[in-house]
Amino acid sequence: MTEDRNSFDERLRAAQKRVAVEQPKTGKPDEEDRSLLSLASRAGSEMLGGLVVGVLAGWAVDRWFHFRALFLVIFALLGGSAGILNVWRLMQSLERKNKES
Amino acid sequence: MALAGGSSINVLEQFELHPIFGGLGEALRFSQAPVFMVVACLIVLAFLHFGMKPAAVVPGRLQAAAEICYEFIHNLAVDTIGPEGTAFFPFIFALFFFILAGNYLGLLPYSYTFTSHIAVTFALAMMVFLLSIVVSLKVQGFKFFAHFMPAGAPMLLAPLLVPIEILSFLSRPVSLSIRLFANMVAGHVMFDIFASFVVMLASLGFIGDVLAVGPLVINVALMGLELLVGVLQAYVFAILTCIYLREAVSH
Repeated sequence: MTEDRNSFDERLRAAQKRVAVEQPKTGKPDEEDRSLLSLASRAGSEMLGGLVVGVLAGWAVDRWFHFRALFLVIFALLGGSAGILNVWRLMQSLERKNKES
Repeated sequence: MALAGGSSINVLEQFELHPIFGGLGEALRFSQAPVFMVVACLIVLAFLHFGMKPAAVVPGRLQAAAEICYEFIHNLAVDTIGPEGTAFFPFIFALFFFILAGNYLGLLPYSYTFTSHIAVTFALAMMVFLLSIVVSLKVQGFKFFAHFMPAGAPMLLAPLLVPIEILSFLSRPVSLSIRLFANMVAGHVMFDIFASFVVMLASLGFIGDVLAVGPLVINVALMGLELLVGVLQAYVFAILTCIYLREAVSH
């Protein structure tokens, strides 16, 4: 009985080792491709999103207070900076993740 | 376009909404989009219901698929948000599979992609955004507003930094919705363009028939790309929801 158990444990360990070695090989390039594609779409839309919100906010404030385009200009600049800030944060979180792994 | 004998490419026609189901649909303003939303919900519910019906200890194929889906989203929620993630798991699960089913349903002929409308994606994104605000206010109280001033920045820069932070916060639902909507629209427009190339070239006679194989092959490859993009955009939507909720529950 104990012999059986020992041989089973041994085989289990061998099998686990085999699986552990094989795992990083499969799936990793796919994972990287995927995250690259998702990163590209994320970075693009973050920049665009910031600008859109800035322009909309500026336009609304202009309409509200009957300015011609003063706040549109200011908020478009601020919104563009917000978009770039978002992309910068995205890259920072990515770098942190790379360092951990 | 003149070569094709008067038929022109109208790539945006496929996104138009028409009332269906005759007079009743007309009265209710019931178009294809809600129909396919209902179909998407039914598919997901049927998949889970019939998948988990055997409730076997050793799962069959369908049950294994349902369990993998459950565990995938569960791990996503718990790994990203933390232990509080279990509370939001049903929401994220519903969101992911609703978007995924919508993206994939749109790839079938004669169907309609409801995720290609910014009204739909923006409503989904606003749901996430409002939820994250409510959770932030509940967990953090008024300390939530302190996030709009980055820690350690000089007070002199506050008039510049606070508006930028507020705009960056407000841009979340916009970028979330634009990303999903733009990806779906771009994919379907490309399908339409290459498909109409096939039709145009086929009307040119024998040489056209031979040349028409090119865009046809590209369309097949595009279908593969769209299968990837469909699951990827649903995943990005779900993981960003998780990230926003993590920021909401953390102090």
